[in-house]
Amino acid sequence: MTAMGRSQAALTFGSNLSDFDVERVRADFPILSKRIYDRPLVFLDSAASAQKPQAVIDAVRHCYEDEYANIHRGVYYLSAQATLAYEAARAKVQRFLNAREDREIIFTRGATEAINLVASSYGGTFLKEGDEVVLSALEHHSNIVPWQLLRDRMGITIRVVPINDAGEFLLDEYEKLLGPRTKLVAVTHISNALGTVTPVAEITRLAHAHGAIVLLDGCQAVPHQAVDVQTLDCDFYTFSGHKLYGPSGIGALYGKADLLQAMPPYQGGGDMIRSVSFEKTEYADIPQRFEAGTPHIAGAIGLGAAIDYVTALDQEKIAAHEQALLAYATDRLSGIPGLRLFGTAREKASILSFTIDGAHPHDVGTILDRAGIAVRAGHHCTQPVMDRFGIAGTVRASFGLYNSFDEVDALAAGIEQVKEIFG
Amino acid sequence: MSDLRDLYQEVILDHNREPRNFCCPPNANREARGDNPLCGDKVTIYLTLEDGVVKDIGFQGRGCAISVASASLMTEMIKGKTAAEAQALFRRFQASMTGEEEVGGTDDLDKLAVLSGVREFPMRVKCATLSWHTLAAALEDAAEKKISTETA
Ligand SMILES: Cc1ncc(COP(=O)(O)O)c(C=O)c1O
Repeated sequence: MTAMGRSQAALTFGSNLSDFDVERVRADFPILSKRIYDRPLVFLDSAASAQKPQAVIDAVRHCYEDEYANIHRGVYYLSAQATLAYEAARAKVQRFLNAREDREIIFTRGATEAINLVASSYGGTFLKEGDEVVLSALEHHSNIVPWQLLRDRMGITIRVVPINDAGEFLLDEYEKLLGPRTKLVAVTHISNALGTVTPVAEITRLAHAHGAIVLLDGCQAVPHQAVDVQTLDCDFYTFSGHKLYGPSGIGALYGKADLLQAMPPYQGGGDMIRSVSFEKTEYADIPQRFEAGTPHIAGAIGLGAAIDYVTALDQEKIAAHEQALLAYATDRLSGIPGLRLFGTAREKASILSFTIDGAHPHDVGTILDRAGIAVRAGHHCTQPVMDRFGIAGTVRASFGLYNSFDEVDALAAGIEQVKEIFG
Repeated sequence: MSDLRDLYQEVILDHNREPRNFCCPPNANREARGDNPLCGDKVTIYLTLEDGVVKDIGFQGRGCAISVASASLMTEMIKGKTAAEAQALFRRFQASMTGEEEVGGTDDLDKLAVLSGVREFPMRVKCATLSWHTLAAALEDAAEKKISTETA
């Protein structure tokens, strides 16, 4: 099989390479000029966590150097500055997701905390024994375990939408699972293990038709495409900052205002109250009600900078570049004998999961590492996906906006080395 | 590439392709399971322990070349040893993997020296020691016979 030419791959997906100058983009990321074992770093693990552009590093630094103090508390200048910057970051997330109002955005530690918040606060209040929560077979453990905790607490039932051999969400099977007991549907927008894009608009429409509310896990979606929560009409949407080229320890939960307002706090503490006495505490309005304690102030500001960075580059151009990379990499890798690709959905993001005959993913990961190539090896916190395909794990190469066609070639060369050793 | 060749020596690749004692011995009377939750790999060690001697040993499970080869080499070495000898060997091997001791000196440790390349790959040391930790649990007949790389 001959490799698809790069320019052809680019043309197929409408990306004009001169339009998206990946070399210039790479220069924005200091870590990418690093050498690993005296080889240029080839970073193909952005799905686990993405590298940070200078703009994000600078924003965090600026926060600590110039405008740091606790927020919402001090009457003095610095506290006011920090509060303004923190709230400006919230407004950036609001625009980024096209939420109606900024109070519909809650800062969390990340997607994991956001899902736990919804399961505990919404689920713990509005779900009762016998109610059903529908998940998909593609979910990350963080969108499985919180619902199991709720199941153990409340006696709810978890139903799971299966996937096909390509790793696609089966809409007709999903429809069959929906019924009068279905109260909540929690599904990933893009699978971190396989790259599958799920039909979230249709999933949401069908759930609503059955009176169920919808939470979408957008961790892997926001780095690859523009998201509009009003068009999707989902009830909750969440993502983690660190996968979007922002800091770790910060993420966001979008929730429709009326739902959030009806929900009790998730954690108690400072900043989330109106008044406290030992007899009675009145909770603050949203979003503060869900942001107990001092938040990751610099993290939120860094996330705002990451959003500015991605939107300035243009999300459509990023998507086109990544789709061209995906097409080229898929073609290069599927031409390698003994390499098996997992996740061949018609619509997918730039994530390639694969195994190599006779070589365990960990060994592949170690050999690639010595070539300076960073990939993830294992189950990617999606053991049910691995079980679905009867494997323990895969090697996963995930491509971000800064990856180049040369890096796909480096990966292919690294795989040849694996075959040499394990041949 | 040279340290990769040190890691993936021919003996290791051979044990990975054709693991020895990859079974549950018919008269096994002890077993313990080891898990690496980070990668989902598992190993179960079976022993036939009679009068304090490992009469038979086998293992099953799935894992990377390092963990499979290490388990396979271990079973070859442990068969016929007393429980005390096996525990002593486990401690020496562990010390050699963490760099506290040189590998070698006795026939058994000389054989295990093929795994010494692992020391250059700190992320992989757990792969090499999981089966040994699991063996130790099986020998002790500990109440909790589930070993995890994240607690071991
Ligand atoms: C699809 C998906 N959901 C949820 C998560 C959890 O994100 P975090 O660990 O940042 O909370 C991840 C990250 O691995 C993910 O890929």
